[in-house]
Amino acid sequence: MQASPAIAAVPAGAGEDAAIVIEDVDKHFGDVKALRGLSARIHYGRLTGLVGPDGAGKTTLMRILTGLLMPNAGHVTLAGYDVVKDNDAIHVASGYMPQRFGLYEDLSVMENMRLYAQLRSMDVDRNADLFAELLEFTRLGPFTKRLAGKLSGGMKQKLGLACALMARPKVLLLDEPGVGVDPVSRQDLWRMVQALTDEGMAVVWSTAYLDEAERCESVLLLNQGQLLFDGPPQQLTARLEGRSFRLEDVGAERRAVLTQALDLPSVSDGVIQGAGVRVVLREGAEAEQLQALSDQAQVRLAQVPARFEDAFIDLLGGGPGGTSTLAERLPPVELGFDIAVSCRNLTKRFGEFTATDNVSFEVQKGEIFGLLGPNGAGKSTTFKMLCGLLKPTAGEAHVVGHDLRRATGAAKSRLGYMAQKFSLYGLLSVQQNLEFSAGVYGLEGNTRRERIAEMIETFDLGDWLSATPDSLPLGHKQRLALACSLMHRPPVLFLDEPTSGVDPITRREFWTHINGLARKGVTIMVTTHFMDEAEYCDRVAMLSRAQLIALDTPDALKRSAVSPERPDPTMEDAFIHLVESSDRELEAAT
Amino acid sequence: MLTSAFSLTRLRAQFIKEVLSVLRDPRSRMVVFVPPILQLLVFAFAATLEVRNVDIAVYDQDTGRWSHELVQRLDSARFITHIRHVDSQQQLHELIDRGEVIAALAIPVDFSRSIAAGESGRAQVLVDGRRSNSGQITVAYLSTIAADVGAEVVPDAQAPTPVVVRHWFNPNLVYRWFIVPGLTGILALFSSLLITSLSIARERELGTFDQLLVSPTSTPEIIISKSLPALAIGTGLGLFMISAGVFLFGIPFTGSFALLLASLVLFIASVVGIGLMISAVSMTQQQAILGAFAVGVPAVLMSGFATPVENMPVVLQWLAQAIPLTHFLIIVEGSFLKAMPPGDILASLWPLAVIALATLTMATVFVRGRLQ
Repeated sequence: MQASPAIAAVPAGAGEDAAIVIEDVDKHFGDVKALRGLSARIHYGRLTGLVGPDGAGKTTLMRILTGLLMPNAGHVTLAGYDVVKDNDAIHVASGYMPQRFGLYEDLSVMENMRLYAQLRSMDVDRNADLFAELLEFTRLGPFTKRLAGKLSGGMKQKLGLACALMARPKVLLLDEPGVGVDPVSRQDLWRMVQALTDEGMAVVWSTAYLDEAERCESVLLLNQGQLLFDGPPQQLTARLEGRSFRLEDVGAERRAVLTQALDLPSVSDGVIQGAGVRVVLREGAEAEQLQALSDQAQVRLAQVPARFEDAFIDLLGGGPGGTSTLAERLPPVELGFDIAVSCRNLTKRFGEFTATDNVSFEVQKGEIFGLLGPNGAGKSTTFKMLCGLLKPTAGEAHVVGHDLRRATGAAKSRLGYMAQKFSLYGLLSVQQNLEFSAGVYGLEGNTRRERIAEMIETFDLGDWLSATPDSLPLGHKQRLALACSLMHRPPVLFLDEPTSGVDPITRREFWTHINGLARKGVTIMVTTHFMDEAEYCDRVAMLSRAQLIALDTPDALKRSAVSPERPDPTMEDAFIHLVESSDRELEAAT
Repeated sequence: MLTSAFSLTRLRAQFIKEVLSVLRDPRSRMVVFVPPILQLLVFAFAATLEVRNVDIAVYDQDTGRWSHELVQRLDSARFITHIRHVDSQQQLHELIDRGEVIAALAIPVDFSRSIAAGESGRAQVLVDGRRSNSGQITVAYLSTIAADVGAEVVPDAQAPTPVVVRHWFNPNLVYRWFIVPGLTGILALFSSLLITSLSIARERELGTFDQLLVSPTSTPEIIISKSLPALAIGTGLGLFMISAGVFLFGIPFTGSFALLLASLVLFIASVVGIGLMISAVSMTQQQAILGAFAVGVPAVLMSGFATPVENMPVVLQWLAQAIPLTHFLIIVEGSFLKAMPPGDILASLWPLAVIALATLTMATVFVRGRLQ
C-alpha cells in the first residue's frame, strides 16, 4: 500500500495503535452540515463510544469510516487504509453493523450466517469451527433453524454481530446496537464486545443513550456535527466533581421542588430520581441556594457522583428552566373521583399467542404511571388496549369512568395520545396540523380559535406556522405533537415512548411540561425504554412475558434489587433483576 | 363534551386534511394529474386497432396486365407504406420471418393468362400469424382490393347485388369514437382507486392512523372524509375526459348528461369503497399501490372494454357484473354515440348503486376490523 500524503502528515507520536485516524472531516448534504471539521483517533483494543443525540452525525461518521460515504473534505484511514482510495481493503479490514442489520428475515439464523460467509468468499464447510465459535459466542446455538424474522430485537442484533464478525475484522463498527434491545440482551452485547476488545479488536459503539457512554473506555461526544469531547468518560465527569447533588426522599412534593430548584440561578440542570431530586450546579456556583431550598422542604441534601449525562448537559450550557408555561395556563383537572384509569383481568390473545395475560391495576388521578418491559413483553399491547386501539380478548378497561368497550367515543374524547414518532401529518403545515387536531376533537368557533392561539403562544410556534412538521427542529416537533394531543385538554394523557430518539435537553423540556401537567391533576400513562425516565414515574408496572411481575414506586423497585455487589442499584439493574427472577420462577414452576 | 357518533366539525377537519394530503403530496399529485393527460394522448393517438403504415411483399411471377393492375392498386392503397418486390419464394418467406412485412402476395405465372382465358385468377396471400389481429384485418383489406380488380375484369357481370355495410352510430368507424368514452371510465377508475388505496396506508406509515383512532371520531366519519375528496377528484377527471371527447375529438354526445353525471358519481363511489378496502388491509403505501393494480387491471380486462363480456365463460360473465366498470362502460358508450334512452341507462345504473353500497359498507367493516 502506498502511504497517502495525509498519512505521512500524521504527527509523530500518534502511536501505531491508532485503528482509525480522522482528520478535519467535513460532510454536508445540501445545506445540512452533518459533520464539521472533525478530527479524532480510535485505538485498537479499546471500546470507543460514539455518543450524541439523534442527528448529531454519528451514522454519517460511521458510514464514512466504512467507506460507504465520501467526506467532502478531510481524510480518514482505517487500519492504515485510506477509506476513499483503498475502499476495497476497508471492507476486508472492517466489520460494520448498521442500525438495522441487513438480515434476511425469511432465512434461518444458519442460512443468514452462511450467506454472509459466502458474500465474504469464505468456504462455508471449511469454517465449521468458526461458525460453532460464533454461535457459542452469541448464544444463538439453540436457534440456528429459527427464521431471522422471528427473532427478538436482541437476538437479531446478536445475529447481526455474528455476521459482522464473520471475516474476523480488525475494526468493528456498531451503529446503535442498543436500540430496540431490552436491558437483558444489551447486557449480553456488552459482554461480547468486552471479549472482542480484550483480543485487541477496535470496537466503535455508537449510541444516543448517555448512560451507555459511561461503560466505554473512550468516548467521542458529538453534537450537531461537532466533536465536543474526546477522551475517557471519567475525565469529562471529573470536571463536574462536587457539582452534583441529590435532595433525598422529597416524596410527594418532588415535582414542585424540582421546579423551584430549576428556577434557581445557581442550578443548571435537574431531574427527578425516584423520590429524590437530582440537581447539577452551574460552574463556580455555590450550594447555598440549594441548601436553603432543602431546608425549606425539610429534606437532606447529599452530594452524589457526577454522571456522564450531567457533563453533557453542562457542555451544552445547562438544561431548560423548570416552569411549564403550558401547565400554568391549564385549569386544574376535576374528575369527582380518584381513579383515572383502571383495568381488571385485561387479557389479549392473538391466536395461540397471549400478548397480555390477566393484567390488573388502578391509576390515581394526577399520577405519572409507567409501563416497562422487555420487547415483546406485552407493554404496548396493554397500552393500546387502555387507549382504545385494541379490543381486549377478556377483562375490562376504564378511562375516567368510561368503559372502553361501550362508551368508546366518550372515553376517547377524554384522553390525549402522543406516539413515539410524533404522528404528525407531514404533508400539512404546522397551522393545518393544529387546526386538524382541534377539529377532530370537535372544537368549534371561539374555543377552537382560542385553544389554537394558546398552543401557538405557549409552545412558541409562531415562526413556524407555514412550515411542514418534518422541517422543524426536533424540539419544536415534539412541542407541536404535545400541543396537538393536549388541544382538547384531556384529563388523561397517554405517551407511547415519547422521547425515544430525542436529545437530553429536549427530553428535559418535555418532562418539565409533563411534571407541570401532573401537578395540575392530569393523569399520565407512559411507556418508555429509557430507564432514567422511569424515575419520573410515581409508580412503575413491569411486564414480562405478558404478565405483570411488579408494580411499585421506582425506589421500592430499586430496593428490591439491592445485593452485596450492588448496594445502590440503578433502575436498569432493578429491571434486569426483576425480569431474571421472574424467568427463574417461571422455569421452576414448569 | 361532545361525543356523538357523528359530528360535522370532526368531519370537516378530516375532509380538509384529506384534500390537503392529496394536493400537497407529490406522489398523489402524480397519480391524479399526470396519467389522465398522458393516457389521453397515448390511447387516443397510439392505441388503435386499425391497420396503418404496414409493408407488403409482392412476388410477381406473372408481370402481365392483371398482375400489374393488382400491384398498382396495392401501391395506391393508403394503409400500405411500401411494397417490397422480391424475386423468389425464399425471399418472401424471409421477409415475413423477420417481421418486415405483415403479409406477402405471391402472383403465379399464369395469373393474367387465366383471367384472359375467362377463368378466375388465383394469387396466394401469406400472413404473419404472430400478429393475428392486424393480419386478419390486412387480409380483409387485400380481399377488397382483389374484388375491385375482379369487378374491372368483368365490368357488367351479373354479379349479385353487392352488400353495402352501414355502420350505425359510428358510420365511419372512427376508432377514437369508441375508445375515448371507454377511457373516461378507466382513468376515473384508476385515479380514484389509487387515491383511496393510498389514503389509509399513508396514515399508517406516518403513524397518524393510530392518532386518528384514539380520537373520538367514528368509523363512518373516517370513511366519508376519505371518500369525498376521491369522489370529487374522480368525478372531475371523468368530466374532463368527457369534455375532451366532445370538444377535442368531436365525438357526438347524444345521451342525457344528467344521467351520465349521476352514474359517474355512483361509479366512483363504488371504486372508492374498493380502494378503501385495499387501503385498510395494506400496511404500507407500496402494498396499497400493488393492491390497487392487482384489482384494477383484471377489472379493466373483464369489463368489456377490450373484449365483449358475452364472449367470456359464464362464471366470468357473472363476475363481470360485479365490476362497476362493466356497467359504467355501457352507460358512457351509450350516452356518447347511441343516445341511450333513460330506461336503458337506469338498467345499468341500479347495479352501480348496489355495488357502491356494498363496497362502501365493506370498507367500513374493514376499517373497523383494524381495531381488532
